[in-house]
Amino acid sequence: MRFMMLMIPKGYESAPPKLELPVDRVEAMMKYNESLQKAGVLLALDGLHPLSAGARVSFAGGKPKVTDGPYAEAKEVLGGYWMIDVRSKEDAVEWAKRCPAAENEVIEIRQVQEMSDFPEDVQRAAAGLPEIQEKVGQRRG
Amino acid sequence: MVPNDANRTIEAVWRIESPRLLAGLARLTRDVGVAEDLAQEALLSALERWPQTGVPDNPGAWLMAVAKNRALDLLRRAKRLERKHEELSGELGGSWTSAESSLDAALDDDIGDDLLRLIFTACHPVLSPEARTALTLRMLGGLTTEEIARAFLVPVSTISQRIVRAKRTLAEARVPFEIPRGAERAARLASVLEVIYLVFNEGYAATAGEDWVRPELCDDALRLGRVLAGLVPEEPEVHGLVALTEIQASRMGARTGPSGEPVLLLNQDRSRWDRLLIGRGLAALDRATALATAAGGALGPYTLQAAIAACHARARTAEETDWPRIVALYDALARTAPSPVVELNRAVAVAMAFGPAAGLEIVDALLAEPALASYHLLPAVRGDLLVKLGRHEEARAEFERAADLTRNARERDLMLARAAEHRA
Repeated sequence: MRFMMLMIPKGYESAPPKLELPVDRVEAMMKYNESLQKAGVLLALDGLHPLSAGARVSFAGGKPKVTDGPYAEAKEVLGGYWMIDVRSKEDAVEWAKRCPAAENEVIEIRQVQEMSDFPEDVQRAAAGLPEIQEKVGQRRG
Repeated sequence: MVPNDANRTIEAVWRIESPRLLAGLARLTRDVGVAEDLAQEALLSALERWPQTGVPDNPGAWLMAVAKNRALDLLRRAKRLERKHEELSGELGGSWTSAESSLDAALDDDIGDDLLRLIFTACHPVLSPEARTALTLRMLGGLTTEEIARAFLVPVSTISQRIVRAKRTLAEARVPFEIPRGAERAARLASVLEVIYLVFNEGYAATAGEDWVRPELCDDALRLGRVLAGLVPEEPEVHGLVALTEIQASRMGARTGPSGEPVLLLNQDRSRWDRLLIGRGLAALDRATALATAAGGALGPYTLQAAIAACHARARTAEETDWPRIVALYDALARTAPSPVVELNRAVAVAMAFGPAAGLEIVDALLAEPALASYHLLPAVRGDLLVKLGRHEEARAEFERAADLTRNARERDLMLARAAEHRA
C-alpha cells in the first residue's frame, strides 16, 4: 500500500520566499532518501518552496479569494513529501521514525486512496482520474 | 500497546532492519544459515521483550547486539566442546574484535555488497525454486515465516521446514558468501531474476486458490526488484525485469471485476491502470534498452517482455494496440528465449495482427508439445481463436478443458462461463 509522508516544518509558513538550505542537513536527508530507495520502497518525492513564494485561495462565502504568501493565519504548511510503497501503516511509521528530521519538523503519514477503497458509484464518478493524472504528467521514473 | 499492535510494529521494524542485520551477520559468520539462525533468535527476543518495554530508539542496533551475543555464545560453546566449528571459528576465532568492528561499520555504512552476496546466496541454483523464493522473501524482503506461509497459502510448518532444509543444503554444498564473477555471474543473476519474477507471478496470477490476485506478493516482488536494481544498476536485464513487473502491476486494479473475477487484458478499463507505475516502468524500460544498446548486445528476455507490456500500456484503447510491433517483439523473444509459452503468446499476437487463422496455425503446432499438455492457457487461447473463426462447438470443448486444467477457482469460473456462451 502507498503512503504519503508529508513533511511539515514548523515556521515554514513564514519562511522567506528564497530558501537557504543548510548543506549538511540536505546531505543527511539525501542519505535518508537513498535508504528509502535502496529498500525499494520509494516511489516519488518532492520538496516544496515556502508559502511566501506561493498563494492561498480561500472560498469564504462561496467566492474564491486569493491571498499571496506569507499567509498570517497559516499555522502549518507542507515542506515536501515522499510517496512510499510498504506493507502496512506500521512500516510507514517505522520509515518516518528513521528520518533525520529537525526538532521543528513533523511528519504526517497518510495512506493514498485507491479506487478499490470506494463503492462502485464513486469509482464510476472518478473513472477519469488516472487519465487526468497521466495528462498532467504524473508519469515519472 | 496491545500485543497484536506490538507484533505489527515489530514486524515492520523487522522488515526494515533484517536485510542489513542478516547481511552483516553473514559477512561475520560467512554462513547465511548461521546468520539467519542468529537473526531469528534476535527477532524472538524482540517479540518477547518489546511488547513490555516498547521498541528501543535504535532497534537495528538492539537486534544486532542480541545477535552478536548469541554468536559469542555459539563460539564459546564450540570452543568448550573443543570441536572445530568451521563456519564460525574460521572468521571469529582469531579476529573477533576486528570482525566486531567491521560488523558495527556494516550497520552504518553502505552494505550494498553484503546485500548482493546475500541475495546471490539465497537464490543459489543448488536450491529448489520454492526454497530460493522462501529464503529470498525472508532474507531480503524481511517477511516472517508466517507472512510467507500466508502469501503462498501453505502451512507455516511447510515454510519453516523449507527454510531449514535450504540452510542445510547451502551448508552441505559449501556455498560461499560471495558475489560470483565472470560467466558464473550471469547464470546466478538469471536465477535471482527468476525468483523475483516467480514471486511476482504468484501474486499476479495465483496458480491456485480462491483469489485471482494477491497484490501484497506483487508489491513484495516490486520492492525486491527495485532493491536489486539499486545493487546492480549496470545490468540491463535487472531494469528490464523492474520495467516488466511495474507495467504489469499497473493493471492490477483493472484485472479484477466487481465480484473478484478475472478481467482479461483487452477488456480492461484502461482508466484504472496505475499511471505512476506505468511511468516508472517505461523509465526502467528506457534504462534497460539504453544499457543493452550501449553494451552492444541484444535486448534480453525480460526487456523484450517489458517492451511488449509497454505496447499495451501506451495504447489508449485496446483497438489502438500496435499488434505488428508486438509480433516483432515476440519474434525476437522467441529467438532469444524460445519456449512453448512464448510461442503461445506469439500466436495470440499474430492472431490480433494478421487474423485468427494465422494464430490458430501456430497454436495447433503446439498441441503435441508435452510441456503444455496440462497448461490451461493453451485450450483457453485455442478456444478464443475458434470463437473468432465461428467454430463454436469446438471452442466450447476447449474452454471446458481449460476449466478442468486450471487450479485457480476464479479462472475456472471464467472458463466455464465462456464455455456456456458457446453451447449450441
